[in-house]
Formats: sequence, C-alpha cells, structure tokens
Amino acid sequence: MLVLNCPYCGLDKDETELSAGGEAHLKRFGPGSSDEDFEGYLFERTNPKGLHFERWRCAFGCGKWFHAARCTATLEVFGTYKAQTLEPPKVIKDVITTKRPGWSWRNFS
Amino acid sequence: MSVRLANQGRLIDRMRPLSFSFNGQKMQGYHGDTLAASLLANDQMLMGRSFKYHRPRGVVASGAEEPNALMNLGSEGHFEPNARATTTETFEGLLATSQNHFPSLEFDIGAVNSKLARFLPTGFYYKMFIHPRSFWKHIYEPIIRKSAGLGKAPKARDADKYEHYYHHCEVLVVGGGIAGLQAAESAAAAGVRVMLVEQTAHWGGRAPVDGVIIDGAPADEWIKSTIAKLSSMTNVVVRNRTQGSGIYDHGYALAYERVADHTPRDQRPRHRLWRVRCKQIVTATGAIERPLSFARNDIPGVMLASAVRDYLVNYGVSAGDRTVVVTNNDDAYRTALFLKSAGLDVPAIIDARAEGGGELMAQAIAAGIRVETGRGIAKVKGGKRVTAVSLCAQVGEGSEIEEIPCDVVAMSGGWSPVVHLWSHCGGKLFWDDAKAMFRPDVNKPPIGSNGEGFVIVAGIASGHLRSAEVIQDAGQAGLTAAELVGGKKAKDTKLPDAQDAKEAAMEPVWLMPHGASYKLRSKAWLDFQNDVKVSDVQLAAQEGFESVEHAKRYTTLGMATDQGKLSNINGLATLSEALNSDIPSIGTTTFRPPYTPISMASLAGEARGELFQPVRKTPMHNWHDAHGADWEPVGGWRRPYAYIQNSETVDQAVHREVINTRENLGILDASTLGKIIVKGPDAGKFLDMMYTNMMSNLKPGRCRYGLMCSENGFLTDDGVVARVDEQTWLCHTTSGGADRIHTHMEEWLQTEWWDWKVWVVNVTEQLAQVAVVGPNARKVLEKLGGMDLSTKTLPFMAWADGEIGGFSCRAYRISFSGELSYEIAIPANRGLDFWKMVVEAGAEFGINPYGTECLHILRAEKGFIMIGDETDGTVIPQDLGLSWAVSEKKR
Amino acid sequence: MKRYSVFAVAREAMRQHSGWGRAWSNPEPKTSYDVIIIGAGGHGLATAYYLGKNFGITNLAVIEKGWLGGGNTGRNTTIIRSNYLQDASAALYEKSRSLYENLSQDLNYNVMFSPRGVMMLAQTQHEIRGYQRTAHANSLQGVSTEFIGPSRVKELCPIMNIDGPRYPVLGALWQPRGGSARHDAVAWGYARACSDMGMDILQQTEVMGIRQKNGNVVGVDTTRGNIACKKLGMVVAGHASVVAEMAGFKLPLESVPLQALVSEPIKPCMDVVVMANTVHGYMSQSDKGEMVIGGGTDGYNAYTQRGSFHHLEETVRALIETFPMVSRLKMLRHWGGIVDVTGDRSPILSKTPLGNTFINCGWGTGGFKAIPGSGWGFAELMANGESPLTAGFGLDRFRVGRFIDESVAAGVAH
Repeated sequence: MLVLNCPYCGLDKDETELSAGGEAHLKRFGPGSSDEDFEGYLFERTNPKGLHFERWRCAFGCGKWFHAARCTATLEVFGTYKAQTLEPPKVIKDVITTKRPGWSWRNFS
Repeated sequence: MSVRLANQGRLIDRMRPLSFSFNGQKMQGYHGDTLAASLLANDQMLMGRSFKYHRPRGVVASGAEEPNALMNLGSEGHFEPNARATTTETFEGLLATSQNHFPSLEFDIGAVNSKLARFLPTGFYYKMFIHPRSFWKHIYEPIIRKSAGLGKAPKARDADKYEHYYHHCEVLVVGGGIAGLQAAESAAAAGVRVMLVEQTAHWGGRAPVDGVIIDGAPADEWIKSTIAKLSSMTNVVVRNRTQGSGIYDHGYALAYERVADHTPRDQRPRHRLWRVRCKQIVTATGAIERPLSFARNDIPGVMLASAVRDYLVNYGVSAGDRTVVVTNNDDAYRTALFLKSAGLDVPAIIDARAEGGGELMAQAIAAGIRVETGRGIAKVKGGKRVTAVSLCAQVGEGSEIEEIPCDVVAMSGGWSPVVHLWSHCGGKLFWDDAKAMFRPDVNKPPIGSNGEGFVIVAGIASGHLRSAEVIQDAGQAGLTAAELVGGKKAKDTKLPDAQDAKEAAMEPVWLMPHGASYKLRSKAWLDFQNDVKVSDVQLAAQEGFESVEHAKRYTTLGMATDQGKLSNINGLATLSEALNSDIPSIGTTTFRPPYTPISMASLAGEARGELFQPVRKTPMHNWHDAHGADWEPVGGWRRPYAYIQNSETVDQAVHREVINTRENLGILDASTLGKIIVKGPDAGKFLDMMYTNMMSNLKPGRCRYGLMCSENGFLTDDGVVARVDEQTWLCHTTSGGADRIHTHMEEWLQTEWWDWKVWVVNVTEQLAQVAVVGPNARKVLEKLGGMDLSTKTLPFMAWADGEIGGFSCRAYRISFSGELSYEIAIPANRGLDFWKMVVEAGAEFGINPYGTECLHILRAEKGFIMIGDETDGTVIPQDLGLSWAVSEKKR
Repeated sequence: MKRYSVFAVAREAMRQHSGWGRAWSNPEPKTSYDVIIIGAGGHGLATAYYLGKNFGITNLAVIEKGWLGGGNTGRNTTIIRSNYLQDASAALYEKSRSLYENLSQDLNYNVMFSPRGVMMLAQTQHEIRGYQRTAHANSLQGVSTEFIGPSRVKELCPIMNIDGPRYPVLGALWQPRGGSARHDAVAWGYARACSDMGMDILQQTEVMGIRQKNGNVVGVDTTRGNIACKKLGMVVAGHASVVAEMAGFKLPLESVPLQALVSEPIKPCMDVVVMANTVHGYMSQSDKGEMVIGGGTDGYNAYTQRGSFHHLEETVRALIETFPMVSRLKMLRHWGGIVDVTGDRSPILSKTPLGNTFINCGWGTGGFKAIPGSGWGFAELMANGESPLTAGFGLDRFRVGRFIDESVAAGVAH
C-alpha cells in the first residue's frame, strides 16, 4: 500500500488515490521508424528488480501525471517529480546516488 | 472434572450470570467469560474433533492460538463456522455447536480414521488413489471431500452490518499488555497522535495473571490507571476488542474491531475494519506458549500451563481436580503454585531439566508440591479425558517409571514471541539459542517508503521475558517511535518499576522423552487440528521434503485455522533434528496476514447489495424504470435493454421497437455516450493525433465520425466529433469509454505534448442526450417548434444550437441507425422534461422508446460497428472495412 | 524408485514407513549438462520431464534458487481450463488440460486433478456475446464448452446468488472437463519423475550469470560454481526480466504482484470452479474445505510477494455479491506471487536473441493450468527448434503485431 507524494498537489497520496502508468521516460518513435524501434518502445520494458522510474497519475486528486523513482524490491521511494521532463531531475538522481551508489537505469545514471 | 470455583475470576462478574446453549444443552456462565471458560465451568472439556483422524479434542489454550475449540456459532443470518471458543465472549442466549463429527461429538464414526492412522501417514493421498483413473473423480475424491472441512457452510444471507474506518496517526501500538500500554504512554507523552489496540476485551495482557508487581502494587492497578490516562488524552485513541491484523507497506495497518460479536442484534455494526495509516508501528504482541511433544499429548485435558492458569485466575475455573505440570522452564511453576493456593491438587511437577528451576521451584517445593527433575512424560493415558500420565526419564526411550493419576496435564515448552506482524512486511528474525526462540532482528526491519524501518517490537514480543525488561524496552520503543515521527522528548521519563520472580534458564525440549520410540513419536502431536505428529515431519524429512515450506505443505503442519501458532516452532525444530541441521538454517515459513482469521464481511464493509457498485443514472433513469425498462449494465451505467409493454417477452419488445423505429418513430436515451470538450489553439492538431482521420479540417457546424486506436494500432474507441468553433471540438465516445478516453487525452497532453495549448474537459454528465430516430423524427421536432431542422439548414452530419419546444439545445443531424435521426443535447437538469415533452408530442407519430438491443440491431443491419463487439484488442480499422476512416496521410 | 500405490503404503505401514526413499535426490552439480533449465517450478520441471520422456534427453539439470515449486506453482488458485478464444491458446491449453487428465498415472503421483467443471459467468450482455463467441470458437477448436443459462448455473452452483441487484447472472461459459489440481503435487510429481530419469534438480542454487560464446550460450554461473551446457531454458516466472538481463536482452514484460486468499475450511458446499470477470472474483473449494479465492494484480511493478490490500477488499466484495454466504466466512490467509505480464497478456514460448537459449515466461495470472502443455511444447521447441504448440507464442509476434489477445475470453481473471 504505497504512499507517493504528488508533486502538483504537494500532498502524500494513498495508492488508492492514484493510478499507475507503467515505465517512465519511454522514447516514442513516430512514422517512418524501424520495426525494432517500434517494438522497443511499445513492448520492451526494463522491469528491473530494484530502482525503477515509473509514471503515476493523481487520478482522484488533481488529475496530473507525475513520475516516481522507486525500488521494486523494497518499495522504497526515492522521490517524485513532474512528468514534463525528459529525464529525472538532478535532485532525484542525487537522492538515489546517496541510497544506491553506482546505480544505472537505461541510459541514466 | 472441570468446575467453577467459589472464588477467583478477575474478569467475570458473578452478579451477572447468563445462560447459553452447547450442542442443544443449556449451560450457565458469567458475564466476562469466554465461551471456552464457560464450557470448562460446565465440565465440558471435549470441544471438538480433529481434522484428519477425528480424534477427540479439548481446549488447549486460552487465546488466539487455540487450535481445537472451534464452534458453529449462532443461527440463520447470524451463523458463523469455526468460531474460536477461547476468543468468543459468552453472552446471554449464545448458541454453540461443536464441529466435524457424525453423529455426535461423543461418538464420531470418522474416528475410525484414527484406528487406520498407520495407513494414512503424511502425504498418503499423493501415493494412493492413482488407479484406475476414473476412480479419483467418481469415488476417491467425493469421499475425501465429504470428510473435508470443519464448520458447516453458512446458508442464510448475512443479517449483520459492517463498516470501515479510516484512521491517521503517527504511532500505532498493537497489543494492550503492559508493554503496549507503556509504549503508548511513552509515545503519547511526546505529543504525537497514538492509536493503541488490544485484541481482547481486557487491558493488561498476562501480567495480572502472572502476579507481576508494578510500582509496589499488583499490576492491575497500574494497568487501570494507565489506560484511564491514555483514554483521557486527546492525542490518543484506544480500542479494545481490536486486533492489529496485518501490517502492509508504507505504514498501512489493518485493525479488526469486533464491535458487537458479544452483543449481537444490538444494531451496532458487527465488525469494523480500521484502515490505519501511520508512520511508526510498535508491536507489543506478547508471546505464545509452546506445547511439548510427548505421546498422546492430544488427549483432552492436556493444556498449556499458561491456559490452565488463565482459566483459574481470570475466570475462576479449574480445568481439573488433579493437574500434573510438565515443563522445561520456570514459568509453568506459577501454574502449579496458583493451583495449589486455590486448594487444588498438583500431584507433580515434571521438569525435563536435569537441575530443575530456580526461585519458583523452591517455592513449589516449599508449598509441598512434588518436583521431578530430569523427567518427562512417556505417554498420557485416557481417551476422551486424561486419566493419568506415565513418568519416564527425559534422556531415555520412554520406559515407564511410574503412573501418576491426574485429569489435567499443564504443559510448557517455553515461549515464542509473536513475531507475525513484524514479519508481515518483510521484517527478519534471528534465532536466540539461549532462549530457544526466534526474535525480531532489529537490524532488518520492514522497510518504509523512506528506506528506513517502520516497525519496532516491544516487550516479550522482542524476546524480553522479565517484566522489568519489558517495561524498559516498551518505554524505549514508544519514545523511539515518537521521536522518529517528530515527537518532543517528554520531561518525566521515569518508567514504572516492575517485579516478578527470577527465573532459571529454560532448556529446549523438542521431543519427550528425548529418545522416544517410533511408537511414541507417532503419537506425539505437533499440530492438533491437522493431526500432524512428530513421525510425520520425520517422514517428510526422510522423503526429501527438506525445505521448511516443503515439509509444511507435505505434512500440512501449521496450515490449520490457527496457522501453526502452537505447532510451527516445534515442527521446524523436529525437522531440523531429523535433518541433523540447526534451526536457524531451516528458517521459518512465511508469516502472512491476518494474524487470526477475520471476517470476509469486514473486508467488504458497507459495499454490498445496492451499494456494491453505485449505479450511474441518466436524468431519464426513473422514467425508464417506470416504463418497463429491462436493465442492462453498461460501464457503470444502467441502460434499458428494451422497454417491456404489457405481457410481451423481451424478444417481442425488441422486435416491436426495431420495427416501430424503422417505420415510425423511436426515441433513445443516449446520455451515457461520452462527451469530451477539447479546446485551445492546438486542439485541431491534437485531435489529428488522437483520431485516425483528420479533425483539424472539420468545419465549425459540421460533424465527422472518428476512430481511435491504441499506440499498437488496435481500435479502442469511436464516435462522432463536432467542431463547435475555431478552437473548440466536442468528441463523443462510447458509453464505457468516456473516462478512459478522457484520461488517454490527458495523458498525451501532459506527458508528450505538454507545450501544446489544449484543454480537455469531460462533460458527459452535464448533458442529457436524446436520439429521435425514424421516418417521423423531423415531424415531431417540427411540431414542437423552434429551430429550423430542414435538410437545407441542418443537413446530414451537421449540428446547430437553437431551441426546440422552448428548450435550449444543440441538435446533431447524425444517425447510428441509418434512419432519419437527430440527437438533441440539453443541459442534464432539463433532460427529463425534454424527454417527456418529445414522448408526448410523438404520440401521434407512433413514438416508442427503444433500448440498447434495438440499437444494436438497427446499427448492425446498417453495418455500423460496435467497439467491444466487433473489436477484441487485435482488430485494426482495416479489418472492419473502415479504411475510409483512416486519413490518407496515416495509412 | 519405489512405485507409489495403495499396496506400497500398506506394506510400509507394517514397518513404520521406514522404507520410503527420497522423492527426489539432492545431488552435487556436475560440471556440464546437455541441457540446463533455470527454474524448478511447474513449467521448468514439466519441460525437463518431457525432454526426457519424449526426446530422451536426461543429461539435464534444473537449477532453482529456492525450493522447487516454491514460486507461483505453489501460490496459485489451481484453476485448469482451456476455454480460450484464439486458436493458438485453445490448442496449447487444451493439450495441457488433456495431459492433466492422465498426469497422476503418467507420473505415478496423485496430483488430484479434479475435472469438476469451470464456469465463467456472464453478467453483462457484452459478456454473453463474448462467451457465446468463445463457445462457438471452442467447438471449432475441438474444446468442449457450452454456453449455459442462469438456471443451469444455479443448479451447478447452488450457493450462488444469480439475482444480485447490481449484476444478475445472465449465463455462463461452462467447461465441464475443466477443474483443478493440487498445485504442490504437480511440482513434486514432475520432480520425482525427473529425478527418477537421472536428471539433477539443484535446489538452493542461484544463477548469477549466463556464459556465452559467439552468440551462443555455453553455461551458467551459479552460487555453486560454473556449469556448462549446450542448451539453456529460462523458465522463471516473475523473474524472467532479471534472468534475461543476464543474457543481455530485454523482454516485453512487466512483473506485478498477484494476490490470492483462502477462507477457513468449511464442509463442502461448492463443487465447481466459478470465475466472475465483471465483478472481478473467482472461487473454488479445495478438497480440504477452504474456499480458494483469486484476487487482482497490482497496477505497478513490484517483486515483493505481497500485494496491496485494497485489491482484496475489491475481490471479497465481488464474491459476497456473487456468493452471499462468503460474508459469514473468515479469511484465513492471503498472499501474493509475482506474475510477469506481456503486451498481449499471452505467454512467451520462444527462441531468444542468444543462441541455443529459450525462454518460457509471461503467463500472467494463468500459468498453472498450462504446466503440462507448456512443458510438452517447450521441450519440443528446445529439442527440435520448433513446436506446433508454441509456434504462435514467439517473441517476434510483438514486432510483427501478431498478438494473441484473449481479453474477450479471459477478462482479468484466470
């Protein structure tokens, strides 16, 4: 029963107030892209046991999408941040570095 | 025999006698009794039958760990199977029957299994009933199933009500013994919000029974004043009869309050489920005494030493006249001393330790009790009640030294901390060899959202057996918990001074006697309910079921309704000895919530019947209901499937509606269709991305049918899009799709094109929509007067704002039936009036309302698709011949 | 190995059961095997068994990081059915169901397959249409199912409330030859038979790395040393992405907790297995008398074998609506397993980008029923490089868009 802080509301939200939206920071490919690129973005998932970046929506609150950095093994939450970004903000990365030195996730580290 | 004594009984009110019924027999008890205490007071030691062998079973324990005394309770809509007599408060008129026997508790045909026990070793069913194949389904399994189960299946609908509470606090303390009270007091003094829950009706736990002295007075006094103080504090919520049932991630906990189990039919909810959100949890959950494994330790009358003491001190009930105590520790001596001082006979204390015990043993000897050290019980004699025990050397093989007549055996194999809640969410344990117990490993607590531990164990639950240590540990736990959540350090932190007798070290005894023969081992029970014996676990080990999980599943040890509260530690010690391994390397099975079984009804709460899932209703809902609607659930809504007139069948109604709509005039409530406004400078560009066809080039005043696909290219929704003005579109979606499509649009806008200027609003419930369909559609609307609906001003796939019959509306000249059709949108609060007006005006044109099945037939006859029927998650527009609705640019 | 029978039990009863040997051996790892299977769950063990039985490959090790059968095999609600809509699924699950029918005799181990019938309730018009479609598809596929009306539903399952105020029961897709089996026994039976064929089951052995050379697998690094192999099968439900990462490729999977619960045991009151997809709940009664109840999955990735509590509330609500008597029962225990879910909710039985390496994963919430069929087909795929049973379930289907989507037939629940 997760609690995540919605970066828009600024409030701690119970999991039942949120809806999960899968892996974050997927790069979408448009018309003319290769089959491999399409397959990669549509289906292939990092699905790590450990640090993960994922999308959430404050479904029964402000309705905004946001991102969370979370450990899928311990459910520890490293931080949440607004969805309008192409990569995790430095402050989040710093927190993760403190708690999981040497981390990497896809092309972030 | 077991009887009520003339004195003692700190929890009962002798001024309030009550009567209840057991197996049809009227019995007397007192207010404050548990059912088990009441039954014992009526000399009813035999309370049930075991699962596999149907052996007679008496009560063993006095609390939540009881495996045997399970009852069918109540009747009709108040019936409950498998109710634990030790945790059921007796009330006037209580109705109990024992379980799992035929024809009666005293004489059970199923007990023949016990005689065949040697042919039914653990796992026998995996090795038998293999041939011939068809016999399993038709013969073996039906027989096995027939003998399965314990309590009766409930039949009547539940007559009680249930509710959920949400509760937020900083610190939750589970357990209302002296540890829990002290932890709560220390945390509360720091000014944080505290909730304290206790599963029984009474505060203080075991301390008052064990004669603990706090600040120079019997523990009861300190308990009383502490709970009074806590109850008066505004930052503290205390609840008895409320069990901390489970701990979940990020500080979520379940508390299960049995509000009215003891006062049925008093209009209060029977159970209340508290969903607690807190930051720190202190589990002061105490410990459970372990049985000893000696031959025929399952005969009624063999009980936990602490339970014998409980019945005596708490309820004034003596479990028997002559009690032999058998132990490997000092605590059980207390039972002997209490019995003796109550004037009861204690023929012997059998202490497996070569040197015996300490201070308490000296007191027992001084009280004239015979103490046999280095001895054990070879076997128990008796059938449905203990008649004697045979004494043997603990180190030997069980040759009988002497027979000691008795009718109760009070056994103690030491204590196991209740670590369940600590473990629910991943807290780890370590094996304390000196104390022979698993204790919470404070270095490996359950991890909260911040990566730090959020559970602290206090008192006996963390392995502190002496009361003084318990108070110190609990006070510290409460303070630590409060400090971690921002509490202020209280000034007066002096903790009360608790005193109890010094105890000599216990010695683990996993089998009595140590060298017991197979014959004895095959009669030494580990799991009383599921009939698992020492020999069964040894057989599992012999056959390679070496993992504790394998052994558990193969033998069913610990899988009964008590979830192994008495059997698990003894079982895994037996397994580790059989494997020549040590206990820590064997490990435990996983502790899963709930701590004890909780009612399914409490999980559902108030959401049942009409409230199971609220029905979404259109403004015309009640009109439909009054006009024969045969309802169909559609995506949270209910829509009329057809309107039944007179005595026609549903099929006939559908046919009538189809023909009438094709030939005359039909009217459909289309309000459930999703309506989403998309607005902004980039709205057109955005909709071109959402739909397979272009929407940006749609002219204001015109409509276009659009398809939506998922990112995979599979169809997910369709509907008519109307362009309202330069920057505004209104998108219709399927009835079930409104919320989904709204969310889908928001997702893309927020996460992919967040710099686009587009706003999306779901106005589905703001508008009622009425489809007027059929050859006479224009006639009825023109009769009502208002806007020009002629083909010239309002051609097919056009819309206009205007007025019809005095109602401001928006009229769409669109059709999902192939007939002349207008869909009229009006503000929801005027929907019903508009509908009624059209129906009345349409009478002369043969108007009839039609339902969803007619709609399906009409659209199918014209080849229009229905999302969900013609699509299944793998269908692309081209599969349905809808290439025309995919923009050339996107193919 | 001693054959199991009533006579063997009787003989042993006379000598204190001292003659029973180990059900499976506990060997030291060899330095090399022809085939290594990672994962001693039902699917892994069944694969090993059919590799031995059908293809004579017995120089084989099954490597298990915990105890065999301890993953989803030992945590599921044991429903067996094959009433799928798509041809590829129906073929696979029907093969599996038919193997279950003879599994006890085949393995000489009573797995207690009980063809008591499975019904999937239709509670909306949409479901009626969907299940009727499935029934028609099944009759073309040779799977015996039928669509039955509400009165027949009530007759088969008297404790059901078919007139609920919210979602009355309108009918059901009924598969009389579906049912359930004892989950642990399936794993144990296969393990015993594999061990009997001379295969090594290496428990408490964790794979730490996959060794490759020139694009082919050559062995695995384990906590008990390096072990060489010629072919490798990965059969690690829940952890497939983790193992695939060792081999250097990604999978179209997300791992989420799935929950289940049981009630206390009560006397028999329900003979059939019932699945209600509209209200999201399914239930059957075990031979022990417990009501076995399947819950939903969490919406987010997690490798914790526990789920969020509110899903259980939803499940129990749905069941009380369907079976009012459940209200008076008590929940004995609830637990979670990790299921890996693919993009089309159908499994993957496939070659992988790494040579001689095969993967079996993505069973989502419904893997138990497929154990024998999956093992049969996957063994054939590993031995021959192809199998008609697995042909549709390749990894390439996500690239070419040839989904096997069962959302109509399967809904959420299995």
